Amino acid sequence: MSDAATYNFGYLDEQTKRMIRRALLKAMAIPGYQVPFASREMPMPYGWGTGGVQVTASVLGADDTLKVIDQGADDTTNAVSIRKFFERTAGIATTTHTSEATVIQTRHRIPEAPLREGQILVYQVPIPEPLRFLEPRETETRRLHALEDYGLMQVKLYEDIARHGHIATTYAYPVKVDGRYIMDPSPTPKFDNPKMDMCPAIQLFGAGREKRIYALPPYTKVVSLDFEDHPFERTKFDRGCALCGSEGIYLDEVVTDDRGGRMFVCSDTDFCESQRAAPSEAGHGLHEVPR
Amino acid sequence: MSVEAIERGFADPVHDAQKVFRAALDAMAHPGRIARLASSLTPPSPLLGTSASLLLALADYETSIWLDDTLSENPAVSDFLRFHTGARLTRQRREADFAVIAAPADMPALATFAEGTPEYPDRSTTLIVQVEALANHGWHFSGPGIRERMAFSAAPVPADFPQQLAANRAHFPRGVDLIFVTSVELAALPRSTRIVESA
Repeated sequence: MSDAATYNFGYLDEQTKRMIRRALLKAMAIPGYQVPFASREMPMPYGWGTGGVQVTASVLGADDTLKVIDQGADDTTNAVSIRKFFERTAGIATTTHTSEATVIQTRHRIPEAPLREGQILVYQVPIPEPLRFLEPRETETRRLHALEDYGLMQVKLYEDIARHGHIATTYAYPVKVDGRYIMDPSPTPKFDNPKMDMCPAIQLFGAGREKRIYALPPYTKVVSLDFEDHPFERTKFDRGCALCGSEGIYLDEVVTDDRGGRMFVCSDTDFCESQRAAPSEAGHGLHEVPR
Repeated sequence: MSVEAIERGFADPVHDAQKVFRAALDAMAHPGRIARLASSLTPPSPLLGTSASLLLALADYETSIWLDDTLSENPAVSDFLRFHTGARLTRQRREADFAVIAAPADMPALATFAEGTPEYPDRSTTLIVQVEALANHGWHFSGPGIRERMAFSAAPVPADFPQQLAANRAHFPRGVDLIFVTSVELAALPRSTRIVESA
């Protein structure tokens, strides 16, 4: 790695890492609270995961194995470029297999394979403040969090019901952490919200442009907000994956031609590949895709 | 400055600091879980190598460190920390980002350190408490990072320590976070941890 020699391990300088590490420890001690940090300019634009990259760079060690996903996929532009970034600047091992990874950076899905203790999931977060579209002033949202004054959010969800007959929020669905802070789970589909609850892995959230870090320790209660008469419902699909046949997982719609042809496939590419590699009665060939 | 004050720091600053940080992160993520913390540092007594490792990994010119009287008695400790971290040493507990305690039985009340504000609870002190023994029995805890219940205790500590921990939790999200170290181990009690039984 001759071109990596000019960078410190993981690109960031040590003082920056210390500053981020201190923020991460505070975030771990106050689950769901957004810790301000001195976000640095990274060699990629805001919106490409600069927050997640800074968190990953501060956490990563020489013996870690990194996986990067964009939605569920290991092979899309954002995932590939971030994985290459760390291969070049840290020279660490990378993988596409969820089970082999010790650190997983994500925008924005949680892998289908269950996470285990010892793994760290790093989320790239665009807007960390769940109340931001309800109250634009940072001074006010800080106060609302301090006073645990979350009526606004319940009103927003109620307005969903009044307008659509159900809670129409399908991603960035707000959660309450350990009975205290309301947190934006990043724009992860609400399908993944239940996976955050009592997850054995450490979950870290980095928002580069907004300069905030927050976290969920393992085994933390994470409750999706709802009403008694309108309980939280996980997204359901009326079919399985067209490639591997798995059911009860999150599907992406893929347009296959210009005549309305489409198919639904696993959003988690690693999960789909491993299902297809394992001999299973559920396995389908491409030609068997139902209309 | 004495010779022991410039006793060497990390042999490999980048990777040693990362390992110590990950140990601290894991400890905070799993309150009460006792883990080994290998340290090659030989700081001036009574500062332990494990405490010195945490401070070298986490403290710098942006932070301030408070030392208890036992640590302050040896000026080489202050010199060592100033030399390696560049951190300010403070005598004001409410100004300290980190506090190091070498005489835990007589340590000041947790409530006398910085607890942060309701808007910014992160502006608080992290206490590094040097104890003789950590054990997975004694007090019982629940909360984030703990699947059901966790038994943990550290000794020696003040007699009213369980009450102090309960009061610290009652102020949540304000409060202090504790990292206990022996010469070879560490364990943490973040402010989010609830003490459910102090027997």
